[in-house]
Amino acid sequence: MKTIAEINEKIRQGQAVVVTAEEIIDIVKEKGLQKAAREVDVVTTGTFGPMCSSGAYINTGHAKPRIKFGGGRTYLNDIPAYAGFAAVDIYIGCTALPDDDPRNRTHPGEFKYGGGHVIEELVGGKDIRLVATAYGTDCYPRKKIETLINIKGLNEAVLFNPRNAYQNYNVAVNLSSKTIYTYMGVLKPNLGNANFCSAGQLSPLLNDPLYKTIGIGTRIFLGGGTGYIAWQGTQHNPGVPRTEGGVPRKPAGTLAVIGDLKQMKAEWLRGVSMQGYGATLAVGLGIPIPVLSEEILKYTTVTDADIVAPIVDYSETYPNRLPDTLGEVSYAQLKTGHIEVKGKKVPTASLSSYPRAVIIAQTLKKWIQQGDFTLTEAVAPLPGAESGITFKNLEERKIE
Amino acid sequence: MAVSKRVVLRFSRRLVERPIIYRLVKDYDLEFNILKAQITPEREGLLILELKGNQKEYDKGIEFLLKTGVEIQALSQDVTRNETKCTSCGACITVCPTGAFSLEEGTRLVLFDNEKCIACGACIPACPPRAMEVHF
Repeated sequence: MKTIAEINEKIRQGQAVVVTAEEIIDIVKEKGLQKAAREVDVVTTGTFGPMCSSGAYINTGHAKPRIKFGGGRTYLNDIPAYAGFAAVDIYIGCTALPDDDPRNRTHPGEFKYGGGHVIEELVGGKDIRLVATAYGTDCYPRKKIETLINIKGLNEAVLFNPRNAYQNYNVAVNLSSKTIYTYMGVLKPNLGNANFCSAGQLSPLLNDPLYKTIGIGTRIFLGGGTGYIAWQGTQHNPGVPRTEGGVPRKPAGTLAVIGDLKQMKAEWLRGVSMQGYGATLAVGLGIPIPVLSEEILKYTTVTDADIVAPIVDYSETYPNRLPDTLGEVSYAQLKTGHIEVKGKKVPTASLSSYPRAVIIAQTLKKWIQQGDFTLTEAVAPLPGAESGITFKNLEERKIE
Repeated sequence: MAVSKRVVLRFSRRLVERPIIYRLVKDYDLEFNILKAQITPEREGLLILELKGNQKEYDKGIEFLLKTGVEIQALSQDVTRNETKCTSCGACITVCPTGAFSLEEGTRLVLFDNEKCIACGACIPACPPRAMEVHF
């Protein structure tokens, strides 16, 4: 048994033993759980994929004369940003689109540029065009502004994502007879392909499935810099069925994360376009797991063969919120390049980048080894199954 | 020796109405498979062909095309991947009809084999970071 304080002391002395969630699998196989738990201090995880509930808030500083964006309209590179705050605080969401984007008018739309692309360019140090209109007040007389802003000149630029790092996800297929364009990518007709989106054995929450160490306040790798877990993410659903190893068999836990955008890198926050669906942001995120006990270490030895995901039809079942699935499949099977669905051999593809997840876990490992990144004690745990939190649907009611 | 190559042919306006491919078959005994054909509003033609035949005849056929004024480019130069944009997610793999994308064993890096590419363009909008580029 170790404490986080003891591990941090080793990190400061440059003596901490840090391995990735991929490397730990063979280490434990070779040395056994007991010995490995004594020797290894930290296991690092990583994931890189499109995460639509992402965005950033910025404070632009005050113009002379002053203008109050709140209650007016603001645009960053023609992408509308939310202005319903105080005078010069705005929030840019990654799925926002220009007012004149053709969207899906010619289906499937391209969604070449959206809020996620603005965030990538902002982080990358490019100038961003800010256009705002306001109603004007005695203290904020201006009604219009058009200017360039740069991340360096902003008071604050903070990435604040309400839902990232989904603990497991659906495998998407298409049972219909025509191609469909979804947030899970292009799905070819008649089970033409199957798309999945998880780093599997490297994925943060799949290595700490019962949230024993990952909690509110945990310091993490976020967008190439450091960030923190702010809260459980939206749709956090810990009560789903789990395997014997505690791994959820369906999409389960999620994280709300926050971090200073000024120290992040465009390489790890990439604006992406999902054909026929929309624009979004691919986020790089990694979490260190302190090896406080053999039990915690055991969870990190999860392999792709131990993690199963439900196969869901996105032509009929998903849009209509029907409960049926077409069975379960493991990530080990998904990664062979094909799975079997309804007796048919279906080729698979991923939307989450495994090579990038590996780089994130390796980068975090290096930061810890070099003493640049110490571990944090969670301020409060993430709600587990015992919390009774369930995933609610929107049941419509008639407005009299 | 038999060869099979994919080429991009560009026809200027004055060549569009001439039966050039017919000559390839008739005079050089080349087998062709049209992968893509397009005439722009300026009435310039673009043709992507798979050409098969005897190496000697193939070379003569290409010479004939060049002489008539057709511009020729190997297909592999036309569809390229912007390596700084690609994140190796793999979304392209099942979208490609000819299997030009594959995963490297172990690293799971996405490999692009432009010899297999037929420039259909399916991967262009299907790539989330839009790393695939066509240069026609």
